[in-house]
Amino acid sequence: MTTALAADREPPLARGPGRLRRLRRDAVRYRWLFLLMLPGLVYFALFRFWPMYGARIAFKNYIPFLGIDGSEWVGFAHFQAFLSNPDFPRLLVNTLVIAALSLLIAFPLTIVLALLLNELRLQILKRTVQTLVYIPHFLSWTVVVSITALLFAIDTGPLWTFFAGLFGTDANMLADPDWFRPLVLMQMVWKDTGWGTIIFLAALAGVDQEQYEAAIIDGAGRWQRVRHITIPSILPTITVLLILHTGQILNTGFEQIYLMSNSLNRTVADVFDTYVYFAGIEQGAYSYSTAVGLFKAIVGLVLIFGTNWLAKRFNQQGIF
Amino acid sequence: MSTTHKRFNTRAGRAFDVLNVAMLTGVGLLAILPFLYVLAGSLATELEITTRPFFLWPNEFTTASYASILSSDVFVRAFATTVAVTFVGTLVQLGLTALMAYPLAKPDLPGRRTVLALVVFTMVFSAGMIPTFLVVKDLGLLDTYWALILPLAINPFSLIIIKNFFQQLPRELEESAKIDGANELQVLWHVILPLSKPVLATFALFYAVGIWNDYLSPLLYLSDTSKWTLQMILRQVTAAASLSADEMATDVPPPAQGIKFAVVIIATIPVLLAYPFLQKHFAKGMLIGSVKG
Repeated sequence: MTTALAADREPPLARGPGRLRRLRRDAVRYRWLFLLMLPGLVYFALFRFWPMYGARIAFKNYIPFLGIDGSEWVGFAHFQAFLSNPDFPRLLVNTLVIAALSLLIAFPLTIVLALLLNELRLQILKRTVQTLVYIPHFLSWTVVVSITALLFAIDTGPLWTFFAGLFGTDANMLADPDWFRPLVLMQMVWKDTGWGTIIFLAALAGVDQEQYEAAIIDGAGRWQRVRHITIPSILPTITVLLILHTGQILNTGFEQIYLMSNSLNRTVADVFDTYVYFAGIEQGAYSYSTAVGLFKAIVGLVLIFGTNWLAKRFNQQGIF
Repeated sequence: MSTTHKRFNTRAGRAFDVLNVAMLTGVGLLAILPFLYVLAGSLATELEITTRPFFLWPNEFTTASYASILSSDVFVRAFATTVAVTFVGTLVQLGLTALMAYPLAKPDLPGRRTVLALVVFTMVFSAGMIPTFLVVKDLGLLDTYWALILPLAINPFSLIIIKNFFQQLPRELEESAKIDGANELQVLWHVILPLSKPVLATFALFYAVGIWNDYLSPLLYLSDTSKWTLQMILRQVTAAASLSADEMATDVPPPAQGIKFAVVIIATIPVLLAYPFLQKHFAKGMLIGSVKG
C-alpha cells in the first residue's frame, strides 16, 4: 500500500523517457488489478487467440507428427479444393436454406409474438405465457432432438400420427430428407421464439406511455397505435438483431443440425458446421477442415461489418 | 386513462383482445405440451406408449422406466459426473469471468480499451472448431473433464454485462474502503461481490445450464465412453428411434420406449429446477445491456 501511495505522489512524466517511467508507475499502481485480470487474459490467449494462430494450418499440409511449423506450406490449396469440391454448392444451399428459415420465418414470428404479448392487457396471463414460452430455450439440443424423436416416432409418436393423417403418408419423418427442414424449423421456433421476445418486450417497456395517450386523444385506433408507435420503437432493436443474424448466416449451430442428421437425410442436412466436424474430427483432415472453418468465419466477419455499414447508411443505429 | 380506453375500445378492438387471449394461451400451451407428454410417457407402461397416440395422463402409472434407468451403473455414473462437472465448472467459469470483469470496470486502467476490443473481436471472429480442438489436444486436456470447462470458461457477453454492472456501482463505496486501507482484492471481495450477488447468481445459473446442456464439448473431447456426460448418454439412448434399421447397431437391442421418455425427463429436471431462479433475474433487463456493449 505504501508503495502505491508513493507512486501516486510521484509527479507524472517528470524526467527521463516518459513511456517507460509511466509503464513502471502503472505496473506498481495497478498491480492488484493486473493480477486479478491475469487468469482471464491467459484464458483469452490460450483458448481464443492461440487457436487463431494455429489456424495457419489452413495454409499448410498439417501433419501432427511434424508439428505446425514443420508441415509443408501449400498456400490457398485447401481453400481452392473446398470451393471446387462438388459438395460445396450443396453445403452452401443447405446452410443458406436453414439461415433463411431462421431469418424469414422464425425471426418475424418472434416479433409477432412480442407484439401480441405487448397488446395483452391481462397481466396475469401475459406473465404466465412469458414464463411458459421461455422454458424451451433452456433445454439442451439433445433434449429437444430426443423429444422430437419421441413425438415423431414412426407409427406411435403423436405428431407422426397427426402429420401422417394430415398428409396421408407413412414416411419415417425423422429419416426422410423432405422432412428435415420442416422439423428443424419447428424445433427452432419451439425453442427460441419465446426467448427472443425478451429483448423486444424490454424495448417496448421503455416506450413513453404518454405517446399512446396522445394518440388515443387524436383518435388513433388500436392498429394505428401499433403501426405508428409500437413498431417504430422496436425498429432499432430489429436492426441490431438483423445485423447480428446476418453475421451468423453461415453458423447454423452445430448441435441441432448434427443431432438431426443421419445417413438418410445427409443430402439436405449437411451444412458447413457439420462438414467441418466430419472432415476434421472424423476423417482427420485437419488442414482442410480448418480452411473450411476459416472461410466461414471470414465470410461471417465481412457480413457483419457489411450489414453494420449498410444500417448506418440508412440512418439506423449500428452495433459498432 | 381507463375512461379514454373505454371510449376508444371499438368492437373490433374487443374482438382482437379475445382472439389474442386465445392465441397466446395456445402458444403458452404449445411451449410445454411436448414436455408434458414426455413426462406422462415416462410414467406410463410400454403398452400404453405404443398404443395411445397422445396422452397427458397415463391410464396406469408405473415408475418401471425410472427404476430401470437408476439400476444402470452407466447412467448413474454419467449423472454423478455431470453434476460434479457442472458444479466445479460453474465455479471456475464464474470466478474467471468476475475476476476479469472487475479490473475492466475501472475506467482508468491502462490497456483497458485494448483488452475490451480484443474481447469484442472474439465475439465476431473465432478460429473455429478444429484449431480449438488442436489447442485442447496440445494442452493434454483430451479425455479430461477440464476440456468441458476451460475452453468455454469466459463467455464474452457475460463478461461485458458483469463489467457494465460493476461499472455502475457507486465509486464512493470503493473509495471509502480504500481509505480504510483495503487493497483491490479486499475491495472486490468485501464490497463489490456482496453487492453483485443477484447478477453473479444469474450468470452462475447460465453457466451451469450451459455446461449441463453441452453436447459439442464431450463429443469433441471425450472419446473415453466411461467419461461420458448425461447428454451423451441421452443421445445414445434416444438416437435409435430416429435411425432406420440399417443404421441401428444390431447387437444391441433398442432401448424400450419408456426408458427414452424417462431419460429425457431426468436430463431436463435440473434445468427446470434452476429455471424459476433464472427467470427472476433475466427478465429484469440485465441481458438487454448485452446488445449495445
